[in-house]
Amino acid sequence: MNVSTLLDSLTVFVLAILLGFEVISKVPATLHTPLMSGTNSIHGIVLVGAIGLAATADTPPTAILAFVAMAFAGANVVGGYWVTDRMLQMFKRRPVPTTDKAAK
Amino acid sequence: MTAANIGYLVQLSFIVGAAFFVMGLHLMNSPATARTGNRLSAAGMIIAVSAEVVFVFQGHVGIWNWLIIIGGLVLGGGLGLRMARTIAMTSMPQLVSLFNAVGGGAAALLALSDFIALDGHRVLAGDAPGLDGWRTLFILADVVIGSVTFTGSLIASVKLMGLIRGRPILLPGGRILSWFAIVCGLSVSIVLILAGTGIVTYEPSVLYVLFTVALVCALVFGVLMVLPIGGADMPVVISLLNAFTGTAVSMAGFVVGNVMLIVAGALVGASGAILTRLMANAMNRSILNILLGGFGSAEGTQSALTGAGGSVREVSVDDAAIQLGYASKVVIVPGYGLAVAQAQHGVRELADLLEARGVEVSYAIHPVAGRMPGHMNVLLAEANVPYPQLKEMDEINPEFERTDVALVVGANDVTNPAARTDRSSPIFGMPILDVDRARSVIVVKRSMGRGYAGVDNPLYVNPKTGMLFADAKRGMQELIAAVKAL
Repeated sequence: MNVSTLLDSLTVFVLAILLGFEVISKVPATLHTPLMSGTNSIHGIVLVGAIGLAATADTPPTAILAFVAMAFAGANVVGGYWVTDRMLQMFKRRPVPTTDKAAK
Repeated sequence: MTAANIGYLVQLSFIVGAAFFVMGLHLMNSPATARTGNRLSAAGMIIAVSAEVVFVFQGHVGIWNWLIIIGGLVLGGGLGLRMARTIAMTSMPQLVSLFNAVGGGAAALLALSDFIALDGHRVLAGDAPGLDGWRTLFILADVVIGSVTFTGSLIASVKLMGLIRGRPILLPGGRILSWFAIVCGLSVSIVLILAGTGIVTYEPSVLYVLFTVALVCALVFGVLMVLPIGGADMPVVISLLNAFTGTAVSMAGFVVGNVMLIVAGALVGASGAILTRLMANAMNRSILNILLGGFGSAEGTQSALTGAGGSVREVSVDDAAIQLGYASKVVIVPGYGLAVAQAQHGVRELADLLEARGVEVSYAIHPVAGRMPGHMNVLLAEANVPYPQLKEMDEINPEFERTDVALVVGANDVTNPAARTDRSSPIFGMPILDVDRARSVIVVKRSMGRGYAGVDNPLYVNPKTGMLFADAKRGMQELIAAVKAL
């Protein structure tokens, strides 16, 4: 790892943290569970690293590690986005008239 | 297109993906746009993953490697999807913890295999030139933080599922073992980093052993950190573990040299840090105090009456229904008991009946009500409660003065007026919902058992409080029937 790569990466890291604080402090408390679930899916980006790993795995131990990493990251990404979407579709401004109510 | 051009294109896709993440999080600032935001973020993920697949495709990837990629993704993705589709909203905290665990685990595995597969021993032996002390530092940071998150979140998830006791579990000598794991893990890490810079040199086999020790210390510490933490402190711990995973993913980005991982991890880390601080503030406790844990753990379910003085007034379902039915403003205060009893639909039905009678209904949500940040909001949204009715603490507290009936369903400590007045109370200074300022209070509660903090709640002996002893769900059904009969 050379010095300029390190400094570039550190710059990106620090700026991303500051950006994160800025953007996320505006999220209302009502949405904190979906926020947490949504950011959870975002850290599923390790999937990208896992693909790189799996593509270069050439010994049984690294192949096993890569497979587990793929499965972990895959569950994280797919499950995370899906469940966040499931939660967010429930947040409504006006209640939807339910059928059992109409029946009464 | 040449390989170099494809490389640039892949880099560009990562920047686009990262931008989508940021824009997606930005849209989370309102419930109206949040769903679009999440989909934008998912689109960013698809772009980034596709770009990486294209990138590895132009290399020489063997059939086995493709099998690992596709097999792992199908297996993990399939299981994740299955859980995401079937999980009950009340069980959301454990699922989020579980996804957090596998994310942290995957990040740790990246660094672990980087250490094994690449030039781990050569780097650590100081053969490779340049800043390899740094690389070792990032590898260790990733492995250690990722492993702590992995076991810590798994334990949190298992506790939330109720497979092991939610109450604080204090192992004999657990604290000493925790400190041992911290000291041991840190000192081994320092030796490894020194070896990475070439200041000291060891045989590769010794380095592997040291690395394994650091890994085991981190895994053990994760377990010991979360075991002693009780249910009501879970919102803080889950947020903290979320911040940890973000950090681990960032570190993984440094290790594998991928800027997108660094950006995404940093965003998650910032989010987790903000939530951790909000939750800790809402309990008026420092994060360290919560991690050291065990508050109120000595006492079981003694009667909340002892020492509170005064007597408890029980209210009948019919009287409660009359109070609610003829009120002009009712505030419902939900707590974890509502989630346990799955009473969110009952609460909404009762609120609908009251609104049909012209009663103004809103919900007061304490930041740490439930087991994760925003837990109550998701449950009530599931029951079709419109989100403008969900009021945050600061917004609703001034309104209690004008409230006829505060209906407390399954909440305890967050309504305890002792937090405001009694300097000797363990929860003194914790911001609470001022339900005792309402004209009258109805508390739906299973028994006189104490809340999580194990402290008496003077609200229950307040003359204007009526206790309705029932499980939250059954209590709601009875109230609904009684209000209908009015």
